[in-house]
Amino acid sequence: MEKIGAVLTIGGGIAGIQSALDLAESGFKVYLIEKTTGIGGVMAQLDKTFPTNDCSMCILSPKLVEAGRHQNIELLINAKILKVEGRAGNFKVKILKKALFINSEKCTGCGVCAEKCPVNSIDFYNEKLSRGKATFVKYPQSVPLVFSINQDNCIGCGVCEGVCKANAVEYSQKDEEVELNVGAVILAPGFDEFDPAPLKVYGYGKYRNVVSSIEFERILSASGPYSGMVLRPSDGDIPEKVAFLQCIGSRDIHHSKPYCSSVCCMYTAKEAVIAKEHQKQVNPTIFSMDIRAYGKDFDKYIIRAQDEYGIRYIRSRISLIEENPKTNNLILKYEAEDGSLITEEYNMVVLSVGLNPPDDAIELSKTFGFELNEFNFCKTSTFEPSKTSKPGIFVCGAFAAPKDIPESVIQASASAAHANILLHSARNSLVTKKEYPTEIDVAGKPPRIGIFVCHCGINIGGVVDVPGVVDYAETLENVEYAERNLYTCSADTQIKIVETIKEHNLNRVIVASCTPRTHEPLFQETIREAGLNPYLFEMSNIRDQCSWVHMHEPVAATEKSKDLVRMAVSKANKIEPLQRTILDMNHNVLVIGGGISGLTASVGFAEQGFMTYLVEKTAELGGFAKNIHASIEGSNVKEFLSNLIEKANNNENLKIFLEAEIDTIEGYVGNFKTKLKSKGNKENKNNTFEHGIIIVATGGEEYKPTEYLYSKDPRVVTQIDFEKMLFESEINKKVNKIVMIQCIGSRNDKNPYCSRVCCAEAIKNSIKLKDLHPEKEIIVLYRDIRTYGLKEQYYREARSKGVIFIRFDEKLPPELIKEEENLIIHVDSPNIGKLDLDLDLLVLSVGIHPPYESNEILAPMLKIPLNDDKFFLEAHVKLRPVDFATEGIFVCGLAHSPRSIDESIMQANAAVSRASTYLSKDEIETEGIVATVDISKCSGCGLCIETCAYNAITMDEEKMVVIINSALCKGCGACSSSCRGSAIDLLGFTNEEIYLVINEVK
Amino acid sequence: MVDTKKTEEVQVIIPANEIDKVSDEKWEPKIIAFLCNWCSYAGADLAGVSRIQYPPNVRVVRVPCSGRINPLFILKSLQVGWDAVLVSGCHPGDCHYISGNYYARRKFSVLDDLLEFIGIDKGRINFSWVSAAEGEAFAKVIRKITKKTRQLGPNTIFKEDQ
Repeated sequence: MEKIGAVLTIGGGIAGIQSALDLAESGFKVYLIEKTTGIGGVMAQLDKTFPTNDCSMCILSPKLVEAGRHQNIELLINAKILKVEGRAGNFKVKILKKALFINSEKCTGCGVCAEKCPVNSIDFYNEKLSRGKATFVKYPQSVPLVFSINQDNCIGCGVCEGVCKANAVEYSQKDEEVELNVGAVILAPGFDEFDPAPLKVYGYGKYRNVVSSIEFERILSASGPYSGMVLRPSDGDIPEKVAFLQCIGSRDIHHSKPYCSSVCCMYTAKEAVIAKEHQKQVNPTIFSMDIRAYGKDFDKYIIRAQDEYGIRYIRSRISLIEENPKTNNLILKYEAEDGSLITEEYNMVVLSVGLNPPDDAIELSKTFGFELNEFNFCKTSTFEPSKTSKPGIFVCGAFAAPKDIPESVIQASASAAHANILLHSARNSLVTKKEYPTEIDVAGKPPRIGIFVCHCGINIGGVVDVPGVVDYAETLENVEYAERNLYTCSADTQIKIVETIKEHNLNRVIVASCTPRTHEPLFQETIREAGLNPYLFEMSNIRDQCSWVHMHEPVAATEKSKDLVRMAVSKANKIEPLQRTILDMNHNVLVIGGGISGLTASVGFAEQGFMTYLVEKTAELGGFAKNIHASIEGSNVKEFLSNLIEKANNNENLKIFLEAEIDTIEGYVGNFKTKLKSKGNKENKNNTFEHGIIIVATGGEEYKPTEYLYSKDPRVVTQIDFEKMLFESEINKKVNKIVMIQCIGSRNDKNPYCSRVCCAEAIKNSIKLKDLHPEKEIIVLYRDIRTYGLKEQYYREARSKGVIFIRFDEKLPPELIKEEENLIIHVDSPNIGKLDLDLDLLVLSVGIHPPYESNEILAPMLKIPLNDDKFFLEAHVKLRPVDFATEGIFVCGLAHSPRSIDESIMQANAAVSRASTYLSKDEIETEGIVATVDISKCSGCGLCIETCAYNAITMDEEKMVVIINSALCKGCGACSSSCRGSAIDLLGFTNEEIYLVINEVK
Repeated sequence: MVDTKKTEEVQVIIPANEIDKVSDEKWEPKIIAFLCNWCSYAGADLAGVSRIQYPPNVRVVRVPCSGRINPLFILKSLQVGWDAVLVSGCHPGDCHYISGNYYARRKFSVLDDLLEFIGIDKGRINFSWVSAAEGEAFAKVIRKITKKTRQLGPNTIFKEDQ
């Protein structure tokens, strides 16, 4: 059967967008279907993201724009799936495109119709907190920016039709059916928030000051109903005491939501911190059972929330809220950990609602014929976490299980990798190459500068006098045009910029907004579409380095903004078009590390036909997983691992080097050259090969405990030792009382992070013990049980089987006392008090740490950074979780941070997909910012040759001048500032341009 | 040999009428900062993302690497009237371009000697290493330099020539 080089992605949230972008960049046509009228999903509703407090819209917006304008992505909004036929490689899908009643081809998104619409209907983006119109756009930065009419609210008055200058209103528009032919399907329908209204005890929907967490998120947002002020709905007062209630619709068997929603602990901490930041008077209290801060740098965030922001945590589950009818305050009654009953009054209550499967989950499963699990999330398995039960249909994001943004992005790429592997033979069969208009020749033409100043909602406009900056900009040299935008990065502004460039004949463009580090590529792309060379662009950072850091000094911030704009204008008057170099892309891959992650990635590349070199430093493949017998779900890890190793050994595209290490790596994306060295194995000696991509899958190590008499007393073992006893040998008959201690070597001063897997590991082994020997007693001493997501069911299972869990406080760790030959654990629990437990076996749940030594060697070799804990630091914690800032290098598995086997497999596949966006191409473009030499000034001293770290400069022995290879040049400029004769200059940052900027002192 | 002690003395003396003028206009130090794109500029962005407040006296010039910064840029900045200069790059060893910051460090140490030789107050020229993860550190550097420059008063080094 013929394979089709197109993929259907269902759901336009961040997961759907990421998988669509990956596949579109890997040579596939992508149809992205969204049931609402705009893409962006829940992330577009968020104010900030944890644990970096990055502005959600700021990091999402470039992705929205990229998806909206990508040549290979077709957006189908307001659409639903009707029928699916066919099988993996070739599906026929019938889709219903529901009428928008406004012609999206004609609509400019100007918004006049919505302004004039007399009907007040409800605004769902702001979670029913503010009023919208019958003609609406989902949110101001929506992609695509087209309006639609909500027929339920429309009274048919005809006003919008009359005011629309583009004649886009079409009341007669009908629903339309389309049929698509695709090779694979990616499901990313996301989640629905749990609706707390049926839980009468919280008074949600009855008491006005009880809001859901997503409503509170909108309250915090600058584009929200109160413009970012923290106000309570009943009277618009600032709530001084705000209570956050955790696990609403999670970990709750009474309302058939037994799973943990994975993200609420962190988003609540974030909402509490942001609320405090927005309004100092707000004092948040968080009521929770456990604090599940299991991700990379999450625990540090919780510590900051408590210590720096004074957020109060109380371990209790509130069972009832009452309202004081006079003040609309809310009365909370709870049992403190010591058993006392406390009554407190709060001004506002936020219910941290959980993540439900999407309401169309059952319909989707029936239409496509894949299975759901008992909770109605998509059914997956431990070793194939991104595959549904039906071949050719893959899943990502919260639909597979509740998860946060980076995990969704990882799985989005992982599902794209499966589509890549399935359809690689049909790659590039249905795509079109992006065509730009011919570049306008600006040589010799006087500069005509256009300036766009961004309000960034209130992020800039709330501090800086933006209209004043625009007026000032108009007075500067060669500025032909200046304007301001609510969001300069939004899709409609991009169109506006292109039109303005054409209309005013502009040949230099300046955007004064946020940081060029995130937004310069977007604007460069935009001016390219208007026929300008992308380097005829400058940016002024008046947000990150101005309005955000001078929040209380509007006058000085405005002056600074004007200075920064003037400096940019000064440089813009001199900038010239630059040309990008085209490089060959080598299609071979180097994978460093032969554990589950490295193996999974290697097989993923080899199965697509890419030659893959797998380098493992030990004598055996398999990594740490060799010590693990089963997953918490009961899947057989040993069997999976041996199958995976066999697959790797039998693939002719995969060459494995054991007992080998990297000696040297040189080159850059598409053109790396690696030399191996070997300890024992002579075969590897002087092995050198070329490759275009590097995957870092160097794994982690088990913490070797020094505490609790480990290695001194044979009755003290680690979970791995205990697992071996359970699965391979017998538990000694005399061992009847077993105690486990969690967080050994994790969440302490030395390793402040959570090792993420130890709670599940302890519970897995406890259940196994109880299954084998129900009579044996087992007690788990813990700080927080972090069985996030669907793992929560095993925590419940363990308790139902008689495993006892006792919490201890970080400051009062359990003490091991050896009395003659007896071991006794002394524990002081906040809820039970002091206990002495005698025991026959002590099991330590030890954490994971990075291989310090080898990471410290590899990181500088590859020019990639490590974080404080010495794990590799990805390019962006939220949206680029497997990429590095250095192109062509990707990370997966424990090299990134502690994670479980299914998560490592997901991330390894994600690395495959991210790398495939390069490997699918025969050539790649390099940057235009490179050094250039004026040979008339060059004296041939050769100092620059020594300075260049990339060997990009060579001597022309005949003419005694240097030659710069622009393909190798990285544009650092070290040669330029070292040149004694000023013969070398750096394009894009020339001496003349910098002097002009310096001259702008005022 | 140049008597550096003497030249420093010359630097601190500001004509009385100059001081009056300054206090009338509420003089604010103007600081130019050359930041490398990958570490210090990102650190400055992080200060913003974390909403860490610092004095609004600094104007940032983004360059790819601290190795790009020609010592002449620093002298030029003082010549045209910036009150202080900051040069900031990646921590030694962290350079995105492998070794650019080492070259920068060497160049600036030579420049330091030169400044002393020609009698320019070194207090107006500042170097720091700020990583992309150090928003607070960046804010601290700016606070410190602003305070120091305020104490030094307006830059009149090249004023006599004009």
